[in-house]
Order: sequence, then C-alpha cells, then structure tokens
Amino acid sequence: MADDARPLLGPLHVTGEVLATKKSGAYRHLTITAPGIPQRFRAGNFVAVSVDGGRLARRPLWIHRVKESGAFGPTLDVVVGVAGPGTAWLAERPVGSRLEVTGPLGRPFALPREPVACVLVGVGHGAAPLFPLAERLRERGCAVTLVVAAPDEARLLSALEARRSARAVTVITGDGSVGVRGDVRTEIAGVLDRADADVVYAVGPHDTLRAVAAEAEARGAWSQVALEVPMPCGTGLCQGCPVPVVAEDGATRLVRACADGPVIRGDRVHWEALS
Amino acid sequence: MSMRLGPVMVASGCGGTGRELAAFTDLVGLDFVTRSITLDPRPGHAAPRVVETPSGLVNAIGLQNPGLEHFLATELPWLVRAGVRVFVSIAGATMGEYADLARRLSRAPGVAGLEINIGAPDQAGSDLFDVREPYHAASVVGAVRREFPGDLPVLAKLRPDASRIVEGARGVVDAGASAVVIGNAVPAAMPDGRPGGLSGPAIGPVALRCVAAVTEALPDVVVIGGGGVASEQDARRFLDLGARAVQIGTALLHDPTTVARVRAALTREEDPA
Repeated sequence: MADDARPLLGPLHVTGEVLATKKSGAYRHLTITAPGIPQRFRAGNFVAVSVDGGRLARRPLWIHRVKESGAFGPTLDVVVGVAGPGTAWLAERPVGSRLEVTGPLGRPFALPREPVACVLVGVGHGAAPLFPLAERLRERGCAVTLVVAAPDEARLLSALEARRSARAVTVITGDGSVGVRGDVRTEIAGVLDRADADVVYAVGPHDTLRAVAAEAEARGAWSQVALEVPMPCGTGLCQGCPVPVVAEDGATRLVRACADGPVIRGDRVHWEALS
Repeated sequence: MSMRLGPVMVASGCGGTGRELAAFTDLVGLDFVTRSITLDPRPGHAAPRVVETPSGLVNAIGLQNPGLEHFLATELPWLVRAGVRVFVSIAGATMGEYADLARRLSRAPGVAGLEINIGAPDQAGSDLFDVREPYHAASVVGAVRREFPGDLPVLAKLRPDASRIVEGARGVVDAGASAVVIGNAVPAAMPDGRPGGLSGPAIGPVALRCVAAVTEALPDVVVIGGGGVASEQDARRFLDLGARAVQIGTALLHDPTTVARVRAALTREEDPA
C-alpha cells in the first residue's frame, strides 16, 4: 500500500501541544493541538496519549470536544481523571508541553437514521464523549435526554454545559451535592420511561452499563455502551483489553475494547465474564 | 541459503492482525511476524493481560488467536494482498501440532516463512510443548523443517537465556532452522503472581548479551535480534554485534510508527544517494 493509498479515515500518530489547561473539580481539561486528528473525529472516539518516566502503556482519553481555535486550526479537548502516576503527569502538563497523541481510535457511537428519542448516560469523566454525541443527535432531529452522574459534585462533568447540549438533563450524584441524590442503577428505569427512549447510550463503570443495558432491553430499546478499560496500546495491536461478547450464534468471543469497541451493543456484552 | 530479511521486522504478538499497522506503516515489503497461531482457536487468558513495569510491560495474553483455519481463510489473504512478507509464528502443545501447522502452511500461498515459537516465557501456563532443554527445541525444528519446503526460511525464536543460548542456537540450526530469533519476552510474573513475560527496554541488555554470545560463538549462524528496540540507535547495537535484522515489538504498542521510523533511518544509512 503506497502512502497515498492509506485510509483517509484511519488514525494518526502526531506530536501535539497543550494549548490550555483548566481544573474542573476533580478533573483537568486539556485543550491540545493534534494535527489531523480533530478533522477525523466522530463521537465516541478516543485518543491514546504517551506519558513519561519509562511508562510504556498508553493512556486512553475520550475526545470531549473538537473546537476551532483560530491560529492553531481545530483542537481537541480531553478530560483527565487522575488514576495513577501516568495520568497525574498528564494532568500537570503546563501550556506549551508536547504530547504524543494517537487517534482518533475506536469505533464511534452509531447514530440512528430516524429522529428517535435518545437517552445518554455518562458517569464521571465517562460523560465526556456524550456532549459531541448529543450535538450530532440533535442535528438529526433526535430528542436527547442527557443523564450526567458522579459520586459527588467534584467528579461531575459540567451540568451547565450539558444543558446546552440536550433538551432534558438529569443530574445524579451519590452524595446529593447536586441534582438527584442516588445512583444511575436505580434512577435509569424512570428516566427511560419518561423519555420513552428508543436508543440508549452509556459510558461509565461496568455495573452501571450493565444496569442501563438491561433496562433498555426490557423496554425494547437499543443500547450502546462505551467501555472504560485499561488499553495498553489503544491501537488494536496487543490484545491487552479483552471484552467478552456473545455472538449471534450464542458463543462467547473475546474482542478488543480499543479496536472492536470501545462502543459495543449493550445486549452483546457478556457481563458475567467481563472482569 | 540466501535470505532477504529486514533490516526491521515486526515482532510476533505486537502487530495485531497487521491491518492495524496500515495507518502507521507502509505495508509493502514489510517483514511481519504474526501473533502465534495454533491449530485450534485459543481464547487466551483473563484480564488484566498487560501491566506496566519500569521501562517494560509484563504480558499474559495466553496466545489468543483464531486458530489456523480462520487465519488461513481471512487474515493471511489480506496480508498477502497488501504486499506484506508474512512470517507465520506457530505454537503447539505437542510436536505433532507443530508438524501439522508446518505442513498446512507449506501449502498456503503467500507465506514468506515460518517462525517457530519455542521460547515463550510461560510454556506450561500457555499449554505449549515443553522445550526446557535445547534438544527439545531442536526436535521441534526438525519436525517443522521436514514438513516445510526448504527454499523458504524457518526462523526459530529462542528465549534470551544467556546460560543456554549458544547451545540452543546450535541445536536448532543443526536441526534445520534458517535463522535464530533472539529476544523473546523474559519469564516474569504479573502482579497477582500469574506467569507472564517481560518485554520492552528493560530486557534490551539481556537480549543484547545473548546476541553477542551467539554471533561470537557461531559466526555463520544468521541471527535476528530484538528486545527493547525503539530507535535506530537501539537497532544498530544489535546489527553492530552481527545480527542480520532486528525485530520490533513492544515499542509498537507505545508508538505505532516505530517500525516505519526505524526502517526509514536504517535504509537511508545503507543506501547513500
């Protein structure tokens, strides 16, 4: 395959630069240049970013937003939640830092052809990819209900921003510091009923995704869940992010979260076998 | 036997199915070693399968692969059409399985050669034929060579164990291996104690020691080195010690353009304009 025959929509590996950094509760929002990647972005894609200190595994980050920023061309916003020394290093990057960025990666959310009722559920920084998804769905005339949830206010992605992206917004926090006090697992049935949902999208911890997928299936709605699992390479090379799925024939197969997902039909995930 | 190799090859288990590399590397003429293929599909181990350690990765993938039949029907034809030089890595629980794999692959169009996985860091845990002793490895190579045409290379991938590497290399070459690949993952443990293999820059000097030992003791043997190669400089260390080519593995997981970058740098040096 010659250079000019490479897939136009494939991922790129580029050196980006941090243009802006902003603390938001427990998270850090980074705006980065990553030449060519924003143009190829679709909601549900992520980027794999390198960290320092001889740490070889990549850090997968949802693409939260693609922005036009004048002199730099389109840029990416990602949301960093500190989970260890690698993500801590990322969160501390000052403006002007260089970052090795690969993306866009992963299968994005599939969009409905018809203007149907959609419920989008995001827990913690898992809500990040839902904002651009909500915008795409609204452009298609879909009624969008957005549920943003977190254990507490510090880990809640901007509720204000959510209200700009969706017709109806439900905020749920575990400690009741904002919105409804509770948990997605107990609130989701009511949300789906009120919205009369045809399609449900969810990003967050496995037990939340499982509950959302089950409630969607019980109502005859389609569900798509985006899995947040460690992805050592992010590019489909290492087979280090196995997800058990049930195929049409009933057999369980292992697929790669990074390359075959991270968005997977909720009724296909073999939840009991997902470690 | 003359053998066109490298100077850079994609190491087994680090290039996905090959398709994933297309966005980052020109596939035409690329020497690509597949992940190890077994006769029957293998599901592999449970997650976590790969963990980060200082300058390394420990993996316990468990040889997940779709089995020979599926590989021959789908993955191989795609790679051949894309112009990739495909070296099929084979692994088996018995010597008979290695021989079966070799026989069936000898009839598969487009295969450039075989790489025999006889140096896995965790044979018992992965249900692989036990090649603890060098003569076990030699007998596997002999069985494969008998089933695979002599004009195509058979590479024997050995574990980088400095105390046995010369003996091991001599044995497999006497049994018919065209070259030895030195630089598999080193036996290690996952944080929970499960057996795995350590790879990456952390093992580079270990592999280099083994390559040096073999090229010195057996100067006529074709050696392909690998272990932590991420740059032209890393590759040159192996080549300067007499390795004919280098394999790049773990570095691809960190930077999928590594093979393209190192290949371009080495080729530029070798063909002064």
